[in-house]
Amino acid sequence: MKQFLLDGQPVPFEDGQSILEAARQAGHYIPSLCWHKDFPAHGSCKLCIVKAAGRHVSACATPAKEGWEVESATPEMNGERRALLQMLFVEGNHFCPSCEKSGNCELQALGYEYEMLTSRFRHFYPDRPVDASHPDVLLDFNRCIFCELCVRASRDVDGKAVFALTGRGINKHLVVNAESGRLGDTDFSKDDLAARICPVGVILRKGPGFAVPIGERTYDGQSIREQKLKEEES
Amino acid sequence: MSALPPNPAAPLQAILRRHGHDPSALLQILIEAQDIDGWLPAPALTQIAAALGLPRARVEGVAGFYSFLYDRPVGRYRVLFSDNITDRMLGNRALLDALCRKLWVEPDKVSEDGLVSIATTSCTGLCDQGPAMLINGRAIGQLNHRRINEIAELIRQQRPLDQWPAEYFHIDDNIRRRDALLQLDMLPGAALAAAVARGREGWLAEMQASNLRGRGGAGFATAVKWASARNAAGTRKVVVCNADEGEPGTFKDRVLLNTCADLVFEGMTLAAWAAGADSGFLYLRGEYRYLRPQLEAVLARRRTAGLLGKGILGEAGFDFDITIHLGAGAYVCGEETALLESLEGKRGTPRIRPPFPVTHGYLGRPTVVNNVETLAKTCLIALEGGAAFAATGTAQSAGTKLLSISGDCAAPGIYEYPFGVSIARILEDCGASDTQAVQVGGAAGICLAAYEFQRRIAYEDVPTAGAFMIFDGSRDLFEVARAFVHFFAHESCGFCTPCRVGTALLRGFMDKLNDGHGAKADLADIDWLDRLLKNASHCGLGSAAPNPVIDTLQKFRPAYERRLVSLDFEPAFDLDAALAEARQLTARDDPGAHLQTHEEDGR
Repeated sequence: MKQFLLDGQPVPFEDGQSILEAARQAGHYIPSLCWHKDFPAHGSCKLCIVKAAGRHVSACATPAKEGWEVESATPEMNGERRALLQMLFVEGNHFCPSCEKSGNCELQALGYEYEMLTSRFRHFYPDRPVDASHPDVLLDFNRCIFCELCVRASRDVDGKAVFALTGRGINKHLVVNAESGRLGDTDFSKDDLAARICPVGVILRKGPGFAVPIGERTYDGQSIREQKLKEEES
Repeated sequence: MSALPPNPAAPLQAILRRHGHDPSALLQILIEAQDIDGWLPAPALTQIAAALGLPRARVEGVAGFYSFLYDRPVGRYRVLFSDNITDRMLGNRALLDALCRKLWVEPDKVSEDGLVSIATTSCTGLCDQGPAMLINGRAIGQLNHRRINEIAELIRQQRPLDQWPAEYFHIDDNIRRRDALLQLDMLPGAALAAAVARGREGWLAEMQASNLRGRGGAGFATAVKWASARNAAGTRKVVVCNADEGEPGTFKDRVLLNTCADLVFEGMTLAAWAAGADSGFLYLRGEYRYLRPQLEAVLARRRTAGLLGKGILGEAGFDFDITIHLGAGAYVCGEETALLESLEGKRGTPRIRPPFPVTHGYLGRPTVVNNVETLAKTCLIALEGGAAFAATGTAQSAGTKLLSISGDCAAPGIYEYPFGVSIARILEDCGASDTQAVQVGGAAGICLAAYEFQRRIAYEDVPTAGAFMIFDGSRDLFEVARAFVHFFAHESCGFCTPCRVGTALLRGFMDKLNDGHGAKADLADIDWLDRLLKNASHCGLGSAAPNPVIDTLQKFRPAYERRLVSLDFEPAFDLDAALAEARQLTARDDPGAHLQTHEEDGR
């Protein structure tokens, strides 16, 4: 079988497999936020950035190549990942202690995983009103990281296209499929895949808040690295 | 569930019908629909979405992406001042302020009677005759206070643009130096006849022999691109001419399209002959919309002459035609995969590569994307042969290059040189003196200091898409870099984290320095952001965005250092500035309404 070297460790792969997929299958963790095993690579968060044959590439969007030497868990790459996480934190309004998603949030878990101790950069404090118009689901746009998983899930799986991005650059933002701009005026349902796929705390179920206490949540007891590799095995 | 939208009004229906209710024409439909009211009201988006069978959110997403599409009212006279650094050097800000004062309107707002709105826009490609503006999409150059007074009066009188003095809208070509391409006096169809006589294979061989490389800056071998598309599986291949000339300081494509449109269209047809394509697009940047009527006329003439359409030049099976597609104010669409997305009526987000456009381009078809100048040059090769072309320029950079020269010089305009010409020679020819620096290749290019003026324009030394902006000793290179950083932050598509957030952070740091709050720690953070942008960005926009800062920090560091307060760290937050809104609300600006925020202020 073909293989490449990830931080010196041989990783086997099949033709067409991305660096990220092959690495996770072999039990090596490369972080990601916008990547999802059931969707084509998106390549926007850049958390999976690695150095392949000396060049920076997104591990999720780059097909593995025989004999490549890939650097991932190095101080350099982890430093860049930490900076990308800091960017995501200052860009939105993330107040973990008061967030329902705390402990289940991938952004927060990656902050811990990559030892992000401060936000380093100046906060943008964007003005992003919440949308509570839907009977079952609350949208808190303050936490959006633009991974487009809800956009893709709603469009490609739910067949509804409830979400889309508009604006450009730092003013890019999520909108819903209604002239009023309110989720309550769309055909969105709490049973949609898009309702469950948000890696952060934008799309929240109303009603059962804090059903699992803080301290007992997904990433409270184990790191996101351990959790994601465990998911890979199952 | 929202109710079904009411039927669109007649003008909108006509637009939708003209585009065959084709979702891939969404951007064109939005541009034309906006002409109805000057902006795109929410119900119009709903109607367009319903008519095209698209989710409304997707239509809103596309409308929100492009700078020239508006989701709120703008003035009946919509004035956009070009805001390239060259416009600033010619005093555009003072002219903007003067026009705002005369018309009683604030920048970025609409006057209360809805008559006028005034704002800035990225470089409009009139750097050789700035300061420039677009008014309802039409370009006016050579602005000065007299002209601004007259324009204010015409707007106040609500005179239609057609009745404005014609000389306002006259755009000069300013061709200052001609070489092989600009000296060429070709009968339309001559190059095509020569290529058809050689056969498709023979023509491609001629292209290979020419060593022509892409004039958009990257320098990829044109013949390799054409051959790859030709060999790619699939039918209905496509040729796209990238006329989204958005790089600040570049205007050569404007001139080529204005005076040599036949060469450009003939080049596209030559590409189609080689690649076996049957459809072509000219992606014309929104800023050049005023060129469209004359370009359509050239296309019509070529169709009549049998140079476009079915059986071109009587050659059975040689079917090819060209459609003009308008952009709407998005620099990132100059990136070829973003351009293809935009052609398909989507947001201009660069694609993941591979696959490359030559195999999977427009609507998944094999697609050749070439720069305007590249395509025009292929006429020379068809007429005179590949070997003759390869013999000019340098070994690795065959042929000539059109330079768009602006800034501090006596004769700004278009200069065509064989590759290999030195910076010093160009500066001498255009009458530049006391030159401190030259920005070659636009905002994304390279900033050269005086000790580098012996370097040469060539892919192997100083590559360029054509911009050449000159700064004399009186200019502040920090201001130049800051202007470019603002440009990239404005033009970032926002797809990937490093570019979306990094360009905005970089803008914040440059403004912090400019506002007198800079510290040494900021320069370290700027360095770090530069590296991250370069390494981690999804496309060339993000990786080029730090270039102006990297170059000027290295070569003109004092311009940065004299802005630092001598501390290791200085907060960006300015308590006094934060009170500006309170001062405005209370109409106060007396000393008591200000806080002393610096120790120096207190002394």
